[in-house]
Amino acid sequence: MQQTRIRMTSLAAGLALAGLVAALPGAARAESTLRIGMTAGDIPRTLGQPDQGFEGNRFTGIPLYDGLTQWDLSKADAPSALIPGLAESWSVDANDKTKWIFKLRPGVTFHDGSPFNADAVVWNVDKVLKKDAEQFDPSQVGVTASRMPTLRSARKIDDLTVELVTSEPDSFLPINLSNLFMASPAHWRKKLAAVPASVADRTERSQQAWTAFAADASGTGPFKMAKFVPRERLELVRNDQYWDPGRRPKIDRVVMLPLPEANARTAALMSGQVDWIEAPAPDAFEAIKGRGFVIYSNQQPHVWPWQLSFVEGSPWLDKRVRYAANLCVNRTELKELLGGMMAEPKGTVPPGHPWWGDPKFDIKYDPDAARKLMAEAGYSRSKPLKVTIQTSASGSGQMQPLPMNEYVQQNLKDCYFDVSFDVVEWNTLFTNWRKGAKDPSANGSNAINVSFAAMDPFFAMVRFASTKAFPPVSNNWGYFGNDEIDKLIADARTTFEPKALDAALAKLHARIVEEAPFVWIAHDVGPRALSPKVKGVVQPQSWFIDIATMSMQP
Amino acid sequence: MLSYVVRRVAYALPIMVGVSLLCFMLVYLAPGDPLVSILPPDASAELQRQLMQLYGFDRPLPEQFVNWLWRAAHGDLGTSIATGRPVASEVLNAVGNTLMLACVATAIGFFFGCLFGFVAGYYRHSALDRAASLLSVVGVSVPHYWLGMVLVIVFSAKLGWLPPTGAGPGGSSSWAPDWAHVRHMVLPAITMSVIPMGIIARTVRALVAETLAQEFVVGLRARGLRDAGIFLHVVRNCAPTALAVMGLQLGYLLGGSILVETVFSWPGTGFLLNSAIFQRDLPLLQGTILVLALFFVVLNLLVDILQGVFDPRIERS
Repeated sequence: MQQTRIRMTSLAAGLALAGLVAALPGAARAESTLRIGMTAGDIPRTLGQPDQGFEGNRFTGIPLYDGLTQWDLSKADAPSALIPGLAESWSVDANDKTKWIFKLRPGVTFHDGSPFNADAVVWNVDKVLKKDAEQFDPSQVGVTASRMPTLRSARKIDDLTVELVTSEPDSFLPINLSNLFMASPAHWRKKLAAVPASVADRTERSQQAWTAFAADASGTGPFKMAKFVPRERLELVRNDQYWDPGRRPKIDRVVMLPLPEANARTAALMSGQVDWIEAPAPDAFEAIKGRGFVIYSNQQPHVWPWQLSFVEGSPWLDKRVRYAANLCVNRTELKELLGGMMAEPKGTVPPGHPWWGDPKFDIKYDPDAARKLMAEAGYSRSKPLKVTIQTSASGSGQMQPLPMNEYVQQNLKDCYFDVSFDVVEWNTLFTNWRKGAKDPSANGSNAINVSFAAMDPFFAMVRFASTKAFPPVSNNWGYFGNDEIDKLIADARTTFEPKALDAALAKLHARIVEEAPFVWIAHDVGPRALSPKVKGVVQPQSWFIDIATMSMQP
Repeated sequence: MLSYVVRRVAYALPIMVGVSLLCFMLVYLAPGDPLVSILPPDASAELQRQLMQLYGFDRPLPEQFVNWLWRAAHGDLGTSIATGRPVASEVLNAVGNTLMLACVATAIGFFFGCLFGFVAGYYRHSALDRAASLLSVVGVSVPHYWLGMVLVIVFSAKLGWLPPTGAGPGGSSSWAPDWAHVRHMVLPAITMSVIPMGIIARTVRALVAETLAQEFVVGLRARGLRDAGIFLHVVRNCAPTALAVMGLQLGYLLGGSILVETVFSWPGTGFLLNSAIFQRDLPLLQGTILVLALFFVVLNLLVDILQGVFDPRIERS
């Protein structure tokens, strides 16, 4: 009987197979094609507000869309600066600092031919902020609203002028707006009109329109969407009508493939299946270079720290202990361990950055000074300080958390620290990060190891230093902060002249480094490997990179 | 007969509901935030609360389950949180791709498994037997994701003969039965075939050995049949069990191999599950697990019914 049952199982499966053999026509590939292997497990969302972190912005945001402001990605030897995008200029209202006027770039059209204007800006703000707007899409709210937390509304003044209103005076708004990409309202409405009339629910109709839009997107970016196979490939073709002549693409077609496994990406590059991979397997660097591929890297605003707890009873409340830990990490050797693929931090931003501020505490490797501080704090080799760090075994942006943490653990042992780890799953660590050191989820940890992007002042500093950002409001996991820091933050937020803003942020950064709420361990350098056929590659000091200015050698 | 069918279907229904409940609850037991794929960690608590409300995750679990089950019963598995695409179409595409790969892998495994099994069984205790047995043991024991990586290193990275990833030059949506697409399937299919090959080889070896020891084989020899003729009789006796084992292996492979499909970026159910797990995309995870689980429930139901058709004794029992 068992055999009969098994035979029937195989028979049923065979019948299912018969229904499968459906052949579809193949796709032709144009010349001058750049093929990219991403680390993402899926194509980042293409509807205007990408997911998958900043890799999404890098590959389905910036190539397809523009924001009112954007990052200058043309230089490798200086931090990326904010430059005009679809807005030519902007200014805050002299009388009411919650109102901003943005002057829009004339003559810009979306890929579908419809004009970009103030109506389009209002429509795109409403898609994530106005719940009763027909285009409101909850799935885009999270990745957008969190990156422009004070923006409240938009109002058209004339076709090329728009007023944006914030909840409080906020000089960071222009930086935040680089995350709001402009999708075509006219194209979306066409998709909405094509939703079958049988779908009566307004929300459902809107959702279906967005799904259709994602499969056939329209922005203003240097590349246009050509083909989209969910979870497998995205093909873009160049936009010859792009508004910035300096960024009109030279490459005909860009193909993006999600290859989440590092060894698979490396093999895809070595076998010639792709021309570019993100984050190659570190132990394959030499083999990759040996085959003539080029590895690009540059310091990027990506901080890999231990964020310390300041709750009652935490050993990190003693500044000497915080300094000692920062002085006991041999970052040069750690860099060797990572095959050179990290930068040695001196703070959240590097020296030379406009927000550097020349802090008095010099973060370096000085174990003797560290031991002296620890001895003063009452610790010794026979009486080490026990600390527990919550971390993950893997995760986006976490670099190589286990070997890196174990290396630091060995370092700190020489300075009378007894480090143990509470390793949790990546998404759990993310969730715990919001809950704070007082929450049971901290599980006895007095530091947490979550890497973060430091592109704008809020995400680089404010959310970790403001007393208003204590959990669950934001990511000040360790409850660090004081009146002085709060005042520096308030000063920065209300300083609207760009140079003065940089100076205010530099003061804030210097004080944060001097207070050492982190053990700054590494800055990521975003390694990527490219075929030598890809020319004009500039890896800026940014999470992003500009494909539009590259070319392909035949 | 009709009452038997009705009875079997009636038995299957509570199993389906149980499977659905299990699928729904399992993903909630894992820690973490269901909105992590669309809500960055730097999002405020207020924004998180708003989205929990908008997605309905703030409602009581029983209410969420009933809503989900009601929609699933109507073929609507919901919408992926991460992509906004309908889960049903995502799962359907992935099942098609996995089915294709699993069938090819099973065919390869069956062919080589039978070959090694017959050789080993027919020439028992010889060097050939030991070599074939060694291969089958290796097949069962070797971690297939490791084998996949080795094959990729050798045949893709070093020799450049076969592509290491993907379903074809234009993706699975434009799959065609030509070499440009089939070559993408070679390495993952070989990797996935190794376990079925080992199991089938060991089964067939034992069957051949057992059959050769039976009296009818002595009788055949006594009647003057040559080795080739005897071999055909042995094959005929072993075939049903070998085919049954193959069917079972195909069933296992249809579940998709998360590791193999991830190593080769093959867009099947394993790859889909991997994405859903890492993005913590609950609707996608629930939908994929549900479809795979129901697939086996329905398959078992069909087998039960067909067995009843072919063997009336089963119905009586």
